[in-house]
Amino acid sequence: MRIEIAGENALILYFSDKVSEESSAKIQAMTQALGTKMGDGIIDLVPSYASLLVIYDDDRYDYYAMRQLINTTAKQLDSQSSRSEGKLITLPVYYGVEAAPDLEELAQKAGLTTNEVIEIHQAQTYQAYAIGFAPGFAFLGEVDERIAMPRKSTPRKAVPKGAVAIADRQTAVYPSVSPGGWNLIGLCPVLMFDPERTPCMPLETGDKVKFQAISKEEFLSMGGQL
Amino acid sequence: MSQQPQASSMIISNPGVLALIQDIGRIGQHRIGLTVGGPMDPFSFHWANHLCGNDEGATAIELSIGGFVSEFTQDTQIALTGAVSDIKLNGKSVPMWHTLSVKAGDVLKVGFASEGCRIYLAVQGGFPITPQFGSTATVVREAIGGINGHALAKGSVIPLSTWQPRPNLMMPEMYRPSYQLKKPLRVVLGYQEASFSDFDKAHFFSSDYTVSERMDRMGYRLTGPMCRSSISSMLSEGICHGAIQLPPDGQPIVLLNDRQTIGGYPKMGAMIARDTARLAQMTQGKTVTFEAITIQEAHAINLLSRHHESKIKLKSTD
Repeated sequence: MRIEIAGENALILYFSDKVSEESSAKIQAMTQALGTKMGDGIIDLVPSYASLLVIYDDDRYDYYAMRQLINTTAKQLDSQSSRSEGKLITLPVYYGVEAAPDLEELAQKAGLTTNEVIEIHQAQTYQAYAIGFAPGFAFLGEVDERIAMPRKSTPRKAVPKGAVAIADRQTAVYPSVSPGGWNLIGLCPVLMFDPERTPCMPLETGDKVKFQAISKEEFLSMGGQL
Repeated sequence: MSQQPQASSMIISNPGVLALIQDIGRIGQHRIGLTVGGPMDPFSFHWANHLCGNDEGATAIELSIGGFVSEFTQDTQIALTGAVSDIKLNGKSVPMWHTLSVKAGDVLKVGFASEGCRIYLAVQGGFPITPQFGSTATVVREAIGGINGHALAKGSVIPLSTWQPRPNLMMPEMYRPSYQLKKPLRVVLGYQEASFSDFDKAHFFSSDYTVSERMDRMGYRLTGPMCRSSISSMLSEGICHGAIQLPPDGQPIVLLNDRQTIGGYPKMGAMIARDTARLAQMTQGKTVTFEAITIQEAHAINLLSRHHESKIKLKSTD
């Protein structure tokens, strides 16, 4: 773990140079351990692919004291053999033509049939590496290289709520209507962000996600809208 | 029968350029992707509340540029701080940085800022708005906070707290901020700082940069000499307040209250909050310079400034 300064009251911890489940588990464990101090000197934590941003109250800690707290916490975590496993969530997806405007094109570019793309997308268990971009937007990885696809050159002004999408080796479900350049391959009827509900998200960073194909009837009966 | 306005409220006749309900911001919600929001100039925001005898962080309104008109249906006290603008109560000029007594039926007009950019309007007791995720701060991009996540519009009705007579106060002029200060904006070096060449860094910290038209609550884009990182692609990571991002075009973006919580462009470090408050008071075309400081210097600046601010005494005007 490498500690760098981010700002006047923020340090960023780098766990690796690349995405891996191992470093993700470490980030998760560190986030949970430091999370117990939220409101008690820690203002906020932002876990991401290979890093954790720690924002602290500089009335309570200075740079040296915060470094020390982080290093002590890291040592304690290293000595613990048990590591926290995120939960596994299955998200239903309707991959039908009317729900998947980019599926055909993605399949063509990948040299696969649309059914193969759908199968490959479902075969993987993904890790929720980061949440950001918009409330409840979880970056899931990594997508099988065969169906990895760069972002569209012209982003859409409005990607529909629930859109299941691929960008490079990441996949995600859009929690609300927003602009976006990802390739849309289906629709998920599960609400990914609901401010009225507790918890407001079905998943958090560190969780695992599988996608499961459903029929149009199932999609509609689960509250999905076309 | 004509529709009766809700008792004890403030009715917006004209929101102006941008009027947002804000408290100190949404803290501790980054893990679900929510940004902070809150006042772009927290210092002026705090003093508006203090002048009304409110708790730290009571809900007030941030006006960008101005052009705001509202009517009160109840007696109360208000205070306006921040960018220099012409304030009129029932057509009569009234001072900023003063507690003002208003009566039911009074009309408040806030002109366009002649110096600065963000104006704060506080009322006694704060505006009683239901918090979302622990805060009333409006973040329009997220449709969270304020009233239904929206900016205030013509006809918006905002409830007022119950009012009681309290002394009118004023902030002595010597303590009021000047929005013409030319002091450099201080930056704590950090993040991918090492990926910028010494030449680019020297240029960055010795050149003028201009506030571009792309300046909003998410961030201020500045234009000036190119400054480019040797990193071409990186993993998205957490972005702190004031982080200075340098995309491939080499033009800095200072990320502010409504920033996205993660991003994948290299960063030089982060501007201290005291100076993002000054930057947020700048409008398009203003020029700025940067100064590199250490995290230890930033800490000393913050502790000393808080100490000095704790000694500021408001004066009674009754």
